[in-house]
Amino acid sequence: MLAILKTSLRYTLITTVLLGLAYPMAITGLAQLLFPHQASGSLVIKDGRIIGSSLLGQSFTSDKYFHPRPSAAGNGYDAANSGGSNLAQSNRTLVTRIQGDIDKLSAQNGGKPVPIDLVTTSASGLDPDISPSAAYYQIARVAAARGIPEAQLNSLVASHITARDIGVLGESRVNVLALNMDLDATGKKGN
Amino acid sequence: MTANGWLQFLLFSTILLVLVKPLGIYIAKVLEGERTPLDRILRPIERLIYWIGGVDAEKEMTWREYAGAVLGFSLISLLLTYVIERAQGIIPWLNPQKLPAVEQALAWSTAASFTTNTNWQSYVPEATMSYLTQMAGLAYHNFGSAAVGIAVALALVRGIKRTASATIGNFWVDTTRSILYLLLPACALYALVLVWQGVPQNLHPYTQATTIEGQTQTIAQGPVASQEAIKMLGTNGGGFFNANSSHPYENPTPLTNFIQILSIFLIPGALTVTLGRLTGSPGHGWAVFACMFVLFAAGFSAVYWAESQPHPLIHNALQSTSTLAPGGNMEGKETRFGIAESALFATITTDASCGAVNSMHDSFTPLGGMVVLTNIMLGEVVFGGVGAGLYGMLIFVILSVFIAGLMVGRTPEYLGKKIEAYDVKMAMLYVLIFPLIILSLAAIFVISPNIGLSSLANTGPHGLTEILYAFTSAVGNNGSAFAGLNANTWWYNVTLGGAMLAGRFLMLIPVLALAGNLAQKKSVPPSSGTFPVNSALFTTLLTGVVLILGALTFFPALSLGPILEHLLLRSGQLF
Repeated sequence: MLAILKTSLRYTLITTVLLGLAYPMAITGLAQLLFPHQASGSLVIKDGRIIGSSLLGQSFTSDKYFHPRPSAAGNGYDAANSGGSNLAQSNRTLVTRIQGDIDKLSAQNGGKPVPIDLVTTSASGLDPDISPSAAYYQIARVAAARGIPEAQLNSLVASHITARDIGVLGESRVNVLALNMDLDATGKKGN
Repeated sequence: MTANGWLQFLLFSTILLVLVKPLGIYIAKVLEGERTPLDRILRPIERLIYWIGGVDAEKEMTWREYAGAVLGFSLISLLLTYVIERAQGIIPWLNPQKLPAVEQALAWSTAASFTTNTNWQSYVPEATMSYLTQMAGLAYHNFGSAAVGIAVALALVRGIKRTASATIGNFWVDTTRSILYLLLPACALYALVLVWQGVPQNLHPYTQATTIEGQTQTIAQGPVASQEAIKMLGTNGGGFFNANSSHPYENPTPLTNFIQILSIFLIPGALTVTLGRLTGSPGHGWAVFACMFVLFAAGFSAVYWAESQPHPLIHNALQSTSTLAPGGNMEGKETRFGIAESALFATITTDASCGAVNSMHDSFTPLGGMVVLTNIMLGEVVFGGVGAGLYGMLIFVILSVFIAGLMVGRTPEYLGKKIEAYDVKMAMLYVLIFPLIILSLAAIFVISPNIGLSSLANTGPHGLTEILYAFTSAVGNNGSAFAGLNANTWWYNVTLGGAMLAGRFLMLIPVLALAGNLAQKKSVPPSSGTFPVNSALFTTLLTGVVLILGALTFFPALSLGPILEHLLLRSGQLF
């Protein structure tokens, strides 16, 4: 009994040094050497300031920008408190929220049906993407707010569609931060 | 449902099938102590571990000694993790956010959770655990508990294979070789692939960003990739972040998602080949694999169908699937994964006792949620946890052979071993402990307004499912959750911690006892009355036994939870 515990203790300590410290430290070193940008979180820098990460969503509320999906992370897009709404399909709060958002959006868009991803929260609360149809859906609003032709935005959105990985995996999508940054750069200035 | 969704399922199945055979043969070599190409680098490290650990690598163990070593190692490593959690606030290194000590009940449930390969998490990791705790406490157990699973599975296979033997191998050697020759090199490579795709690997403090609209966004960082690799490959499932594999930092692309689900099934699938090879009956290994695969395919079809359905009470939304829109039930799902990859991940993570999630199971349709819950209720044998899936399935194999023997009125045999009263008792012990703990604990919490019901996020039948899911996940050592339930209370933490330990060790001891008993038997040559265990008939019988045991035990509870919720929702009833 005592012998087992003694071996267990010595074994736990040596393997903790190997697996709990040496392994992650070695991977950190290699990762920073080989892929420094990704290893540090794929941060996006603009005018010398960090404005976010290309992998993480952030909130946009102005009419001049494309909006991301609603977020349940903290107070919305809290990248230090990720998570989903965890509301059940049979939960009145969920159905009321989704239907309310649909009615609002659809009223602004002449009753057009709303892409479902635009009114549902993602699992992480940090979804950087919206579906292509959710991006197209917002073009009229953004075009009106910026005073630029819809056709120009149509081609901008089309150029931002990421196809399925290797043509098969996942779904096609539009990265909202990248789209909005391009919008600021190419279209009329937002302000 | 789309053709592309089914294509992903087909691609997944094909690649899995291609990979399991070479890997299974390699695992057999590693655990039988044969030479491998990695010997030149790893053999000295292996010897060093034995020397420092004080392990006599030549010594063979009886099943009691083997069980003692499993328990001793698990106890000590659990305590060390508890100490690290409690002390993280005063340890000056690897804690850039200055996170304080983890509270007692939470530290206990977390230490139990990671020691048992469950990885249930009652907390938000990025706001609770220091980098040191994540690395040396939690990710450490991801290696250790996976290796223990492989070791115990191999001990049982040795019990089947050996004749008139008092011993079933050496626990320390099995564990060390699983880690060094399998898990560690695979994870090193895997982690770097993840980083290449965008998973962070750093020790920086959290990043302060100012968004385009001028808000402040604090971005959690950390050594994510190194933990992510073993989290998946060891079927652990404990996320570095609260959102687990739905977080873009853990699972940034559909490609990483595909690699992650593949790596969940890889070792459990390969171990069926190892079984076939070591027992000299490759056909039997494939028969077991076939049973697992059939149950997996059925589960995926059901979840994929259920999650593709539009919400019955929501109107004027685009809920049908096209190439430009995901459609279906997108609450709690990521755009880049859509319905198909979410359904595939959810099926695989609950079939195997992984428990990582890339979508929120609590927001699934009632039937989709029921299927993933049922996957766990089948006993985590549909590929199952690393090692644990194989030894769990072998228990069902023993029962199937026993039932076949009853039908023809002969003493049942399994690969040359007579299956007798003691063996069936151990198998039944394993099968009965599981629902007994789940159903009694869930029942207690369901009738306790202050300690049980007060944690619910959803009411009505879905509330029952939340509690049932929690205890099923804990005892099944899965770790996924209907995460709306607030399990970070004293009662839930303490009880779930105990449930996880019971689900691991009370089930693992009968397995080792069975291994010991089988090992000391003599081999009997097969006769005309021997039930062949490498046939399609055997696969069918085995699948039936797994389904009937799981379904009969849990059907009453399921009918009051998800089935009732489905019917009420269809008739327009909300809660």
